[in-house]
Amino acid sequence: MKVTGAQALFRALEGEGVDIVFGIPGGAILPAYDPLLDSKVRHVLCRHEQGAGHAAEGYAWATGKVGVCIATSGPGGCNLVTALADAKMDSVPVVAITGQVATPMVGNDAFQEADITGITMPVTKHNVLVKDPADVAEVMREAFHIARTGRPGPVLVDLPKDVLIGETTWSWPETVDLPGYKPTTKGNLRQVRIAAKMILESERPVLYVGGGVVKANASKELFQLATDGRLPVVTTLMARGAFPDTHELALGMPGMHGGYAAVTSMQKADLLVALGARFDDRVTGRLSAFAPNAKVIHVDIDPAEIGKVRQADVPIVGDAKDVIAKLHAELKRRQEERGGVPDRAPWLGQLREWLTEHPFRYEQPADGPLKPQFCIERLYEHAKDAIVVSGVGQHQMWASQFWKFTEPRSWITSGGLGTMGFGVPAALGAKAGKPDRRVVAIDGDGCFQMTAQELTTSRAEGIPFVTAIINNAHLGMVRQWQELFYEERYSQVYLSYDVPDYVKLAEAHGAVGLRAEHPDEVDAVIEKALSVEDRSVVIDFRVDSREMCFPMVPAGASNDDIVLTPEGLKPVKDPTEAPVA
Amino acid sequence: MSLHTISVLVEDKPGVLTRVAGLFAARGFNIDSLAVGPVGADGLSRMTIVVQVDVKPLEQVTKQLNKLINVIKIVEHEPGETVERELMLVKVRAAGENRQRVMEIATVFRVNVVDVTRSTLTLEASGKSEKLEALIDLLRDFGVVELTRTGRIALARGDKGINDRGLRKAGGARPAEE
Repeated sequence: MKVTGAQALFRALEGEGVDIVFGIPGGAILPAYDPLLDSKVRHVLCRHEQGAGHAAEGYAWATGKVGVCIATSGPGGCNLVTALADAKMDSVPVVAITGQVATPMVGNDAFQEADITGITMPVTKHNVLVKDPADVAEVMREAFHIARTGRPGPVLVDLPKDVLIGETTWSWPETVDLPGYKPTTKGNLRQVRIAAKMILESERPVLYVGGGVVKANASKELFQLATDGRLPVVTTLMARGAFPDTHELALGMPGMHGGYAAVTSMQKADLLVALGARFDDRVTGRLSAFAPNAKVIHVDIDPAEIGKVRQADVPIVGDAKDVIAKLHAELKRRQEERGGVPDRAPWLGQLREWLTEHPFRYEQPADGPLKPQFCIERLYEHAKDAIVVSGVGQHQMWASQFWKFTEPRSWITSGGLGTMGFGVPAALGAKAGKPDRRVVAIDGDGCFQMTAQELTTSRAEGIPFVTAIINNAHLGMVRQWQELFYEERYSQVYLSYDVPDYVKLAEAHGAVGLRAEHPDEVDAVIEKALSVEDRSVVIDFRVDSREMCFPMVPAGASNDDIVLTPEGLKPVKDPTEAPVA
Repeated sequence: MSLHTISVLVEDKPGVLTRVAGLFAARGFNIDSLAVGPVGADGLSRMTIVVQVDVKPLEQVTKQLNKLINVIKIVEHEPGETVERELMLVKVRAAGENRQRVMEIATVFRVNVVDVTRSTLTLEASGKSEKLEALIDLLRDFGVVELTRTGRIALARGDKGINDRGLRKAGGARPAEE
């Protein structure tokens, strides 16, 4: 049967089970938008391609499926770059489809031409410029395969206008054969046995759980391993919810703004079992001082991560779900042989002590000023079942610290790239993928201003969610660093509480706008927000700008030097000696 | 830091050279030389890359290269177990008495003269990189007008090819000892 390249594109999307795409049309991609009208695929028209890209990410995080975004050539594709870099850093499965000028014009500085494959080479898992309509189906099949298998990541497919218009015979490839891409998913059993023996013999083990466990949908296997083995669990920023925060073995989040117990447990451990985690610098602090006495078991689907930052005593390449299940079975068998779970009472007792002595702290005076942490705790009390999406900054850290996650894929954030403006569009994508779940975005005022226009998309497309702006009138995290390390020399961090007026801005975008400035107003405003179902709501929480994120391990410092309060930090006299973020 | 030679078997698709070079640049690895050419009718090319790096970063290099979709296989060449060669053309000033001297050097190094003018000789030299460097060093005294080198190519000694299992595949995770 004869089809155009554009028709082949949509048949391919349908063949891959795509139900929603996020995009903005334009000249070069125009031929693709015609068969869209006859397709089962729903297109969400965004207001900025970056929004479309982050929406695809939010959709992928929430559903576990591949997120799809579409943009035209030139500036359209360029506007996707940030979202692609974000997806690459956080290993999010996304397929980006861009229009391109017709093949005879490529390289000629044509109208709206950009070498998007060249530009996105370092920020995509793979990308392809299609030159023949006959290749469209196969390339799309391969793109989805690459995006979702192995270590997930973004794939960009560039489609010149003449390729979309040109005709070909439709055929859908049964299988994908990429000789250079064969990810190892099954963990080596010999390695697993060595690891299980090591876990059994350890006295101070910690399960260091990263985003890979969420991507592999391995929470159940992790829960069995942790509980049957009586193994304490830290969950990184990317893994919050992979293990329930309410469980007694949960230590919470490690890292630069992690909890004292989580950070110190890794420093004092004699065995770190890294599951789908990559020893990111935010978690390790000064590498030479990180977990000095710990042996390391490193489970990851990407062999390049093993040994990249920290030498692994037992490397296991494989899918987290597969390996954790095998590890659990092996550990259980050995424990039964030995006569039960080892008694690690001293270690577990020590962890419990650290948890109770050093919880996350703040003080909400009854008469104000309103504290950001209070707003987040009250939101949690009212919306425990929500999918929480955040921007980047202080509000992100407080959200991760104060929300108690119990399910995977209920926390969506930009970790590796740390993209401000991620919040609103990612929330849009998450709600589009999970329309039956409540979605709450916790955003900063700086972040909100970058991508707020997607609230219009929310209204126009009927994809509502609540956005809580933690409005401290500043670029809060930068302000904190200038206070601590630059002798309170504040440079370019003041944003203003009133301009823009977030309530009016929300209403302009077709959302309900609410405001709270006093602790007594908070519960009522949250209840009102959660009662609105047919459109988005924005809450302007006007909070104290002086609040800072603690604990803190300053960049370049050892995790042993974790600082609990601002008074614990030695003032940096010379700004040129300030730690580099 | 030392020089390591790796051979990379790749699919001959547009942009693959850019991907490999871009990866090296992005990760801060220093390419000393890169030679590439097709290896058969099956759409494959073979790259020989000489990297200046320490051993541990070399492992990262090969692991990151393996992640590229178009890269099929990578092998690391052990010195002593490898046949290495490079080709060079060098144009040297050789007028009057110097002509005889240059010709003597050419004979000693067993290299061919491929172009002659009244004032210059162009030599074609092939061999291990160290031999070519030694030759360049001697010719400098006479004045080198220009030269061009292909970069090192290499094959492992023995009866196995790059696609055979027997060859140690660079970049795998090594199992721990019990």
